[in-house]
Amino acid sequence: MTASISLNFTPQVEYLLRIADTCLILGQRLGEWCGHAPVLEEDIALTNVALDLIGQTRALLTRAGQIEHQGSGRSDGPYDEDQLAFLRDERDYRNLTMAELPRGDFAFTVLRNLMLGTWLKLHWDRLQQSSDAELAAIAGKAVKEARYHQQHAADWLVRLADGTDESRRRVEKALAELWRFVPEMFAADAIDDAAVASGLGPARSALREAWQAEIAAVFDAARLAAPAEAAFRSTGTLGVHSEHLGRMLAEMQFLQRSFPGGAW
Amino acid sequence: MKVQAAWAVLDLVPDPEVPALSLRDLGIVRDVRAEGSGLQVVLTPTYSGCPATEVIERSVIDALDGAGLGPTRVTMQRAPAWTTDWISEAGKRKLREYGIAPPGPVAAGQGAPIRILRRTEAVACPRCGSARTERLSAFGSTACKALHRCLDCREPFEHFKPI
Repeated sequence: MTASISLNFTPQVEYLLRIADTCLILGQRLGEWCGHAPVLEEDIALTNVALDLIGQTRALLTRAGQIEHQGSGRSDGPYDEDQLAFLRDERDYRNLTMAELPRGDFAFTVLRNLMLGTWLKLHWDRLQQSSDAELAAIAGKAVKEARYHQQHAADWLVRLADGTDESRRRVEKALAELWRFVPEMFAADAIDDAAVASGLGPARSALREAWQAEIAAVFDAARLAAPAEAAFRSTGTLGVHSEHLGRMLAEMQFLQRSFPGGAW
Repeated sequence: MKVQAAWAVLDLVPDPEVPALSLRDLGIVRDVRAEGSGLQVVLTPTYSGCPATEVIERSVIDALDGAGLGPTRVTMQRAPAWTTDWISEAGKRKLREYGIAPPGPVAAGQGAPIRILRRTEAVACPRCGSARTERLSAFGSTACKALHRCLDCREPFEHFKPI
């Protein structure tokens, strides 16, 4: 088994990993729908969204690897996208906890895609003005894709909420399960402060209002009400994850750990 | 001279996903420069996750080296981001003939707030030209396309989404 890599975490690296890992882990979860979606068209749609997310991840991890290397003092080259995706320990992932929750049913997936897709779209939109030219270039491409992801999820949420008693029941259940993971999406901390100070990107907390407005527009059409905020706080962006991430990584990392550098 | 010859070759290299289009039609060749005794070709990716990117890079090198214009070096340039507005008029015509409805202009929809379900834009059927069509799925056989059907000739078709 190939040993894990250990990173020199700087605020910049952590900031990039939060976005990159949220794309990566959500993309991996969506890939689990391949062959399992309720209809063929959605099978294809969800895996296409996953493909976009993994593509965005590749670009972000490559950039994160370069920045990590600058501050590391190591004499070898920067970690590449594959090393960063497959050879980190669970605690070194920085994704939002919401992204790592098990796939759930189609309603759960649709609602999560809407909430995370809107969060990502707002990030990409602001990151086009990043002081880091490469990050701005990645964002310029990704924001176009993210708009389609958000639109797709919004359409389905309204259809399901306005569909049968069963589809509506499932949407309401998904909302009750997912809502407590929302506060983490807008938590404030020193890493975000540093990103704002250097012009790298926006603070999550500054995106809350725009996110709430866009979600409210979809919820209104779906006749859904946002639940009250719970006291619970998830902490994936701090590297402290739910029980679900480790199991996902065991499967995701297996090939690169057993066959280092394997490609096909 | 060599650069002109290279553009002519690239006009014949098909896109692996939509072979009706050449790489030049698709608008992803941003620049061709003479470099030493060979060429440098600057490409821009269409979608972040497009699985054809590596194949395209390979086919550019093979075509130009095969035409005796190499050695060819390919570099990727991300910004400005590729848009379907860069698909040439000839490319849009070829798409339609191939059975794929070409993308409309992007500018109008950019940055617009999301709309729920009901949409008014009509995508004309590439077979019979009817405007009476409906969308079946937002994603088709690839991320860049959506699946529609014509209510007049009853045929399903793909729409290259404006992005």
